[in-house]
Amino acid sequence: MTQPTPSLDQVLPPILARHGNDPTRLVQILRDAQDQLEYLAPDTVTALARALNIPRTRVESCVEFYAFLHDQPRGRFRILFSDNITDRMLGNQALFEHMLKRFHLAPGQVSEDGLVSVGLTSCTGMCDQGPALLINNMPITRLTPRRVDEICDLVQSGLPLADWPSHYFKVEDNIRRAEVLLGSGFRSGDALRAALARGPEAMLAELKRSNLRGRGGAGFTTGVKWELCRKARADIRYIVCNADEGEPGTFKDRVLLQSFAERVFEGMALAGFTVGARQGLLYLRAEYQYMMPHLLAVLERMRAAGLLGRAILGQVDFDFDIDIHLGAGAYVCGEETALIESLEGKAGRPRIRPPFPVTSGYLGKPTVVNNVETLCKATEIALHGGAWYEAQGTKQSTGTKILSVAGDCERPGLYEFPFGVHVSEVLAECGARNAIAVQVSGASGMCLSPEEFGRRIAFEDVPTAGAFMIFGPGRDMFEMALNFADFFAHESCGFCAPCRIGTGLVQKMMHKIAAGQGTRYEVNEMLRLRELMRTTAHCGLGQTAGNAVFDTLQKFRPAYDRRLQDTDFIPAIDLEAALARARAMAGRDDADAHLGAQA
Amino acid sequence: MSEIPNSFTLDGQLVPFEPGQTILQAALAAGHYIPHLCSSPELKPHGSCKLCTVVVNGRHGSACTAHAMPGQDVQSDTPDLNGKRRLQVQMLFVEGNHFCPGCEKSGNCKLQAVAYDLEMLNPHFPHFFPQRPVDASHPDILLDRNRCIMCEQCVEASRDIDGKEVFGLAGRGLASHLVVNSPSGLLGDSALEAGDKAANICPVGAIVHKRVGYAKPIGARDYDTLGIRAQARAAAEGEGP
Repeated sequence: MTQPTPSLDQVLPPILARHGNDPTRLVQILRDAQDQLEYLAPDTVTALARALNIPRTRVESCVEFYAFLHDQPRGRFRILFSDNITDRMLGNQALFEHMLKRFHLAPGQVSEDGLVSVGLTSCTGMCDQGPALLINNMPITRLTPRRVDEICDLVQSGLPLADWPSHYFKVEDNIRRAEVLLGSGFRSGDALRAALARGPEAMLAELKRSNLRGRGGAGFTTGVKWELCRKARADIRYIVCNADEGEPGTFKDRVLLQSFAERVFEGMALAGFTVGARQGLLYLRAEYQYMMPHLLAVLERMRAAGLLGRAILGQVDFDFDIDIHLGAGAYVCGEETALIESLEGKAGRPRIRPPFPVTSGYLGKPTVVNNVETLCKATEIALHGGAWYEAQGTKQSTGTKILSVAGDCERPGLYEFPFGVHVSEVLAECGARNAIAVQVSGASGMCLSPEEFGRRIAFEDVPTAGAFMIFGPGRDMFEMALNFADFFAHESCGFCAPCRIGTGLVQKMMHKIAAGQGTRYEVNEMLRLRELMRTTAHCGLGQTAGNAVFDTLQKFRPAYDRRLQDTDFIPAIDLEAALARARAMAGRDDADAHLGAQA
Repeated sequence: MSEIPNSFTLDGQLVPFEPGQTILQAALAAGHYIPHLCSSPELKPHGSCKLCTVVVNGRHGSACTAHAMPGQDVQSDTPDLNGKRRLQVQMLFVEGNHFCPGCEKSGNCKLQAVAYDLEMLNPHFPHFFPQRPVDASHPDILLDRNRCIMCEQCVEASRDIDGKEVFGLAGRGLASHLVVNSPSGLLGDSALEAGDKAANICPVGAIVHKRVGYAKPIGARDYDTLGIRAQARAAAEGEGP
């Protein structure tokens, strides 16, 4: 039934040749090698290091860094349940347990016949149609007990994934409210034509006039970023599209890439024209690998139409093309310098800034890194001009913003609103009644209580990268904070000490509280750790990792208090539980084998 | 604001600097100690331990990577920052397995010295007690990952000074760990030699030389008579302005 694993001599040379033996393509090479070899064994690591003429440690570092690269066999069917809080609210845990039971597996364990493994993974960007899972990097959404049983049957039948009925892999767009970006027809090539007619200087002036700000969350002015890159002294410049949409609860970029890819790529070409770059790179998160064939087809179509490649639209000195790099499962790669490290074939550890990517980015060259949505917005400005654009939204937050709405509401999906929209308006529009909380901008964002629903989505009030998770009556906000504490401990890159250890300590304390062993002592300790991480961590991940715990402690304190013991302190070690192993070994469970009645 | 060009104020005191120097370099040269662990004068700024975090013009930043600028107002020796540093050192102690009384590096260890300097009295947090392998395969050098604080000084020294790239950091988060560049992953099969910078730069007891155990008795070691802060001051005076 199982085919013999092909030998390294057969597998590696074609892969290496396809990537030009280029060590900066190491992550891509490892992904391709793993696709054929199932996992990356020590021999493979050694062979790749030798072939690429790089230290073995660098290959090892990459393999161990990325969640989707494996140095152990993972089974022919690798199933990963998305474990965002929205998946949990939709009952993913029961489905996960059910599947484990059917396969007689523990989480992460590979079945003895090497057929299947079942584990958990960070948010896969399907929150509007969860619970969701990935099976060999293909998404299956809208899981039900019946669907899980069907998947189990198919896995046990051994039918290759490519032959499974396609309806399993259907991913919906769920566009619920469309304005200029999601609603207007877009004729491929029009934005580029308009930019070419204007020229790069005038295009830059329009962009600055528009006051477009980056949609990835930080809100840096796009025109300034492009100008800095354009003015940086260099022979080569790069345009990078950040499609590493890893923030739990965010899925707008998935829809933009699925249904508006021409627009995204045209935005990149537009940026290339404006700043003087000839090469674009799209960094696609591993969870969206299923879109690769579609995206490559769109690129091919655009090349055929003269919108990419040499002398674009007949302009002799304007060459621009786009390459797609796949991530391999690391939230931190959404941070632009970590993303660049990953593009260069390394583990995604954020760089020291400055220098900023606009002067020293990919391969040390000036690089514009923009979010998927930002590049789409740039096409609007090319088409309609900066003044037209500036008239929408608020003064400091111009234009519209796409929100990824999920959680307790009737119509989860994408909602495009002008910036400045009140949280309450969004709640009304998506059919969320009596919400007790909204988590805006994902795990790193802000938790709002009902008194704050009059606040506005805008950089000057409640900034967001797009996530909008709604919690209805009866939801326990401690569960959300616990989920995010696990998330950050899992995703911390490990480079800086405050985040590496801080996220681990917060996770331990949250679980201690969850187990009913916590006191006010842990609460105070977590606040202290949050303040430390906020002020000393190396990048945004660590600086925001304590936010959810902090916000829920401020606004949903009863969710903690009812779990806390009413003493000053309980030791981290539970002596009675610690004796369990000794009892099991001695085969005893009588009263004398226990510490006696606990106080 | 300072009237003198190329100087900034550190806790109210004027500190001169050479263009291109970081705040930490300028401060140390002027005899002002800012606690730090991952930084070494022989290596490029790394910025991972974050112990040298200072407040520059109201914003937090690492003194080892932030460039000195004229007129900067830098705060370092404040109760808030020293409290955070103590917390960070406690976190490092519980992250690994640091048993000073039985460690050959005790007395010569920067982590221990910084902990004394910051008046750390206990590790405060529950220990993680990670299981980390010891590598004794090398004839002259012992690699004890239990004591590693992921400062990557050995990684950089091997790459930038020895030109060997013997070490690397792999894994993620708390599972981060040193890896060795050899087919077996063992130090004994690597190109490391006892005289390499990478074999002599470890600020803690993770990379130590074999057969020199307690050659220098406790009480006569680097930080036994003079603390790390006083030594930094003495070093600056010794070099003179």
